[in-house]
Amino acid sequence: MSPKSIYIVFKREFKSLFFSPVAYIIMTIFLVVTGWFFFSAFFLAGRADMRDFFNLLPLILTFTIPAVTMRIFAEEYRSGSFEILATLPLEKWEIVIGKFLSAHVLTIVMIAPTIIYAFFVSSVGDLDWGPVWGGYLGALLLSGAFTAIGLFASSLTHNQIVAFIISVSICFFLSIVDNVLIFVPGFLLWIFQYMGTDFHFSSIAKGVIDSRDIIYFLSLIFISLYSSFLVSMERR
Amino acid sequence: MISIQNLTKFYDDVCAVDSMSLEIPEGQILGLLGPNGAGKSTTLRILTGYLPPTKGTIYVDGFDVRNKTKEAKTLIGYLPESSPIYPDMLVYDYLEYIADIRGLGKSQKEQRLKELSDLCGIRDVMHKTVSSLSKGYKQRVGLALAMMSDPKILVLDEPTSGLDPNQIAEIRSIIKEIGKEKTIIFSTHILSEAEATCDRVVIVNKGKIAADGSMDELKSTAQAGHMIKLSLRDADQNDARAIFSEIDGVDDVNCEVNGNQLDFKLSSSRDLRAELYLTVKNRDWILLELQQEKKSLENVFKILTSEEK
Repeated sequence: MSPKSIYIVFKREFKSLFFSPVAYIIMTIFLVVTGWFFFSAFFLAGRADMRDFFNLLPLILTFTIPAVTMRIFAEEYRSGSFEILATLPLEKWEIVIGKFLSAHVLTIVMIAPTIIYAFFVSSVGDLDWGPVWGGYLGALLLSGAFTAIGLFASSLTHNQIVAFIISVSICFFLSIVDNVLIFVPGFLLWIFQYMGTDFHFSSIAKGVIDSRDIIYFLSLIFISLYSSFLVSMERR
Repeated sequence: MISIQNLTKFYDDVCAVDSMSLEIPEGQILGLLGPNGAGKSTTLRILTGYLPPTKGTIYVDGFDVRNKTKEAKTLIGYLPESSPIYPDMLVYDYLEYIADIRGLGKSQKEQRLKELSDLCGIRDVMHKTVSSLSKGYKQRVGLALAMMSDPKILVLDEPTSGLDPNQIAEIRSIIKEIGKEKTIIFSTHILSEAEATCDRVVIVNKGKIAADGSMDELKSTAQAGHMIKLSLRDADQNDARAIFSEIDGVDDVNCEVNGNQLDFKLSSSRDLRAELYLTVKNRDWILLELQQEKKSLENVFKILTSEEK
């Protein structure tokens, strides 16, 4: 696995993501939705923090990230271009990681402009920056995990819509599972709570950076990417 | 150079390639012929490392495609069927991308891009997106991509399908040109194409090799028999038929009346032209046409691929 090959794959994927109008549409929708939800509640609550924004973020990412990632493998399978990619002297790992990084950078670019909200809040009130940076670290990890899940869903099928629905389902399950723990039998409680992304994300977003939460997100990314790798190896 | 050993491939229950073995020496242009679903594409896909074999393996210059895949891929340039290249990229960007993956240096890359754009005739479309190209140009871009790293082996899956006759001739001449130094394997179901370009032809049917050799060898192995066409005027149909049937070696006589002309088709096991001429001369019939049909490639192909095995 060489960084150079990953970079070449990354560069091509990144260009093609930004050449397509899909990326801009999704980024616009994301910013409009987050902006509207954030500011409609901001003046009512009258608190100078970003807590509402970070509470909402996982759910919005649940729907926007799969829209970014759904085409990554599915489109290649459908058009047959995967056959060229797979027969070039590249390792499958290099392809998976290159594609993952390109999509992840796109989601970072999508989230980055929301930092303006923080500057806005700090201009009207006394903002505690700790939870904000924690929140953005959490957003970085969370979007990475969702991107990896989306990539895995896309590697399963040649139909983009199916890929979208699979990844939304997985991301949605992970986002809400620790809100529906009432339905889970007691002895399984801790597993389901630990599985939920919200449990880990919200603790990082409070500004508490715990290695367990970081390990959780990194292992979610690793498992999803490894699954995509296995699927693309077995693809026939 | 390439050694296919006992290769078997199953898609679930369907057997696409059935214990095929084949040795391809360096510098040969090999045509893989066969009807649809014979296992041509599957064989090429395994060779290029796209599909894993179920049993057996292929060695590319000593590298096993199962576990030395990357080394094998480095030696092979591959153009898949119908040239599925990214539609949203510029041709130039695409070529550059492939050059980067193939590990060409900066100055080397520029020179190679120039060479290839001249060789494949794509200089005029370098700045266009792939999706705006016609099928012929797409195929040529695909060919340029496959040849980017000047690979020792070139694998082309139906390189001329869907092209017009001029484009076919061009692609063929490119194949012949580069085939002087490289090992080329291509699949096709156009027989005249195989005859025009290949040193060696392998006919596959139902995942097995039905025939292997040069085109001439194949023609002589397939016993197609002789077929003679004969047109007469001023002859009586029944009379002529009876007389022809009596000639030694005639198996079958077929007659059609066409105005005042009789068209005969005789099949026989040997060359009867001289005897037929003498017979006709003796009767004072007027001979309009006498022709021995060549054993056509189509016949050879039909015989080799329709036999139940």
